[in-house]
Amino acid sequence: MRRLEPAAVIGVMSRDVTIFRKFWKATTFSSIVEPTIYLVAFGFGFGALVTEVGGVDYIEYVGTGVVASAALFASVFAGMFNTFVRREFQRTYDAMLAAPVDTEELVTAEILWIACRAGVYCMAPLLVATLFGLDPRWTTIFVPLVGFLTGFGFAAFGVLISALAKSIDNFNYVTSAVVTPLFLISGTFFPIEGLPAGIQAIAHLNPLYHCVQLVRALVLGGLEAADVIHVVALLIFAVAMWLLALWRQRIRLID
Amino acid sequence: MAAEPAISLRGVIKRFGPLTAVDGLDLDVAPGICFGLLGPNGAGKSTTMRLLTSQALADEGEIRVLGHEVPRDSKAARLRMGVCPQQDNLDVEMSVRQTLTVFSRLYRVPRHERAAAIDRALQIARLSDRADAKVTELSGGMRRRLLIGRALVHTPDLVLLDEPTVGLDPQVRQELWSLIDGLRSEGVTVLMSTHYIEEAERLADVVGVMAGGKIVALGTPEELVLEHAGREVIEVYGPPARLAEVDADAQARGWQTRRSGPAVAILRAENLDGDAPDGERRAATLEDAFVMLTGAEVD
Repeated sequence: MRRLEPAAVIGVMSRDVTIFRKFWKATTFSSIVEPTIYLVAFGFGFGALVTEVGGVDYIEYVGTGVVASAALFASVFAGMFNTFVRREFQRTYDAMLAAPVDTEELVTAEILWIACRAGVYCMAPLLVATLFGLDPRWTTIFVPLVGFLTGFGFAAFGVLISALAKSIDNFNYVTSAVVTPLFLISGTFFPIEGLPAGIQAIAHLNPLYHCVQLVRALVLGGLEAADVIHVVALLIFAVAMWLLALWRQRIRLID
Repeated sequence: MAAEPAISLRGVIKRFGPLTAVDGLDLDVAPGICFGLLGPNGAGKSTTMRLLTSQALADEGEIRVLGHEVPRDSKAARLRMGVCPQQDNLDVEMSVRQTLTVFSRLYRVPRHERAAAIDRALQIARLSDRADAKVTELSGGMRRRLLIGRALVHTPDLVLLDEPTVGLDPQVRQELWSLIDGLRSEGVTVLMSTHYIEEAERLADVVGVMAGGKIVALGTPEELVLEHAGREVIEVYGPPARLAEVDADAQARGWQTRRSGPAVAILRAENLDGDAPDGERRAATLEDAFVMLTGAEVD
């Protein structure tokens, strides 16, 4: 792979920042409202039946779990739809690649930008949960890093899917068959320990599960040396998806 | 010794599956000239442009742009090159100024020079008073001017213009022609592809006629006309039967002809004194040469 020049990566991200100034309000609105709805629905709905899960208040359990969902939703859809539209319909990438920007730099910049957003917006659920009585530990300051890393992996996954998709309708398969199951069997709303052994094994391969575990340990306490396995899992996922996304997008962008 | 060509291609081949879009292309573009790549649709002009920016990779052959080997050192070449694509790819989510700002960064214009570079590009594109308009609010001609301004924000040494006036009104086209002519007078090398004869005739110092992925003729517009169509043309008008007769007769005598709308045009009429059928005599044009070379009719 060719060297990534910071000037090229920053140049591409400057476009993202310029455009973000236009729609940050809508993004911020939905990233606050969505976790609030999850917290209210699950917190009060389920919370009436279950008060504690694994030794913590159910509202704290869900409030920390939804951080992972926020990182997922802030990244995977942006990775799929934005890159597809910019490549196929707006031809933005074609214009940029005529400038001194290589595909590796372009794709990396897009993923980095989405990951930064995920790192920021994954904090929204914690903010909301605090209003519902969550009392976060000081280690919560590391949660944006976990959100960034998770977001990087899922943004790269989305970019990979956008390179493989023939049309934008193909994303429906991925959303139903991959994103929704990952979201549900991640330990966000209920512990995976109650699931059948086979599904549990799959859940352990789910990057979102590792994100949830890390976030809970950072926010609620109980961080152990063994938790480094979760960081490693997220890193492997991020790097693997990034390399695959670079490879497949290059095929789509260069004749 | 002559200066190194701004663009040089040797034996370049580009295939898309069973289709060979560029088929053993040799081409040199001297620095400081406007080179017109003239050819019918599908001749391989756009693919050639994309090969120069490494947005398409050649299957065979050697490419050098501004002294850099492409694709190996393509980025260094792209740094000194501006591109105005055939298909409008302006960012519809941005304003005119935002577009130029983002591209001034992509083209590595130093921070303290950016504001001046953007103002200059706005002036070239004659969009200074529309700087804060959204791209979506611009007319077709304005969008095309912004595409050119965007390609010039870093004062490149070489500009690639792929069908710069396709689909535009005649008066907008005139405007763009004066803009392109201005570039050449500033010493910028221009490689322009077009399928409009008049455009090549007006702007290009050297014209390369492209057909089937190759350059089939090369020279100044005057040279091409003289070599491939002669000095004069006689156009014979009449009903279809008469035209067929004239055509057959001319062919039998070994004269070159072409169908030209409702007439048969007999080329190199200056050689036919006495024998020539009655018709209107006119000077041969680049269009005559183009049709003889490519077999294509023009728009």
